[in-house]
Amino acid sequence: MKTLAFSVFILLACCTHSALYAQSAQSIPSAYGVGDPAQDFSLKNVDGRMVSLNDYKGSKGVIVVFTCNHCPYAQLYEQRIIDLHRKYKDRGFPVLAVNPNSPDIVPEDSFGEMQNRAKQKKYPFAYLFDEDQTVYQQFGATRTPHVFLLDENLIVRYIGAIDDNPEAPNSIKNRYLENALEAILLGGIPNPDFTRAVGCTIKKKKT
Amino acid sequence: MMPFAPYRSSLLFIALVYFCAISDLSAQTTKLTVYDSLSQLEARISQSPDAVLVVNFWATWCKPCVEELPAFEKLQEQYAGQNVQVLLVSLDFKTKIESKLLPFLKEHRLKSEVILFSDQDVNNWIPRIYEDWDGAIPATFVFKGKKRGFKLGQFSDYAEVENFVRSFVLDTSNLANPTPLEYGTGK
Repeated sequence: MKTLAFSVFILLACCTHSALYAQSAQSIPSAYGVGDPAQDFSLKNVDGRMVSLNDYKGSKGVIVVFTCNHCPYAQLYEQRIIDLHRKYKDRGFPVLAVNPNSPDIVPEDSFGEMQNRAKQKKYPFAYLFDEDQTVYQQFGATRTPHVFLLDENLIVRYIGAIDDNPEAPNSIKNRYLENALEAILLGGIPNPDFTRAVGCTIKKKKT
Repeated sequence: MMPFAPYRSSLLFIALVYFCAISDLSAQTTKLTVYDSLSQLEARISQSPDAVLVVNFWATWCKPCVEELPAFEKLQEQYAGQNVQVLLVSLDFKTKIESKLLPFLKEHRLKSEVILFSDQDVNNWIPRIYEDWDGAIPATFVFKGKKRGFKLGQFSDYAEVENFVRSFVLDTSNLANPTPLEYGTGK
């Protein structure tokens, strides 16, 4: 009886412990925080070549954007991502787009469809396929679009949204990413260096 | 003398009740509340302090969200008697209410409470709901008094949804001998 009482006590203690935000197993993997160095990776680009993070070592940094074909939010930001690349490539910050989704879950995000999309929309940047889904987990990306701004030493300087208005580009109040880029270009620190936004969850292959 | 009057009036009454039930049903399937700010949503959540409130953030454009809606509908139906309330909080754009959201609600005949949440200051309201949520949907919360549960991403099936909510429902049955911490602000 004592043992039973004790187990009930333990059980209740466990419940109490998780009283605030008992989170289920699938928690957010937050691999990189601001200030962390990004590990090199090598992924296949839509042109068939392998592209690695180290290829960008000559630039002032890289705008790594986890994005994809199918997500309506990613589609809303597609032109803005192209414009960002055009605007900042010559100032030392090219865009490097990565599709983290499993085509087993979303056929629209297959490598072939990525090639079609890049061709159709004339992507001026590399669009890589995270086929074994290791890179997005390494970064801790959770949604599309999800930006990780790296500096010349591949240190993460900003994580989050491109701006604060997905639907209406004309009504943007905060251009988070551009503000972060300008801050770094002036030798400063992005503020904010982390923002949240609505987006599509990354589609993980079922194991 | 009107011998048939009572009979007639009861007939009329039955017809009236029937009519109300029908119109209520059709109202239920298309009813949509629009909240523009977090305080409105917070007020709605605190309206039901004793209920197990299941708050699912979704959108018509989000495929996995749409796929798991039937599981929440089933949950609402099966647990309504146990004070479970499902709140389907749509993050569809306000400009798409007429063209997307209302037709969707009509087509799928959703019985759960549906809210369109259009607070544009996303970077502000997301962490105020939960610090570790970065905005990807689907995302589901359970609120019961001070207890909270969070699940990011799609549930694999109804059993997982039920399992996620069940511990909060079962808490009620433990109310006979509550631990002080868990029920500090409750009964």
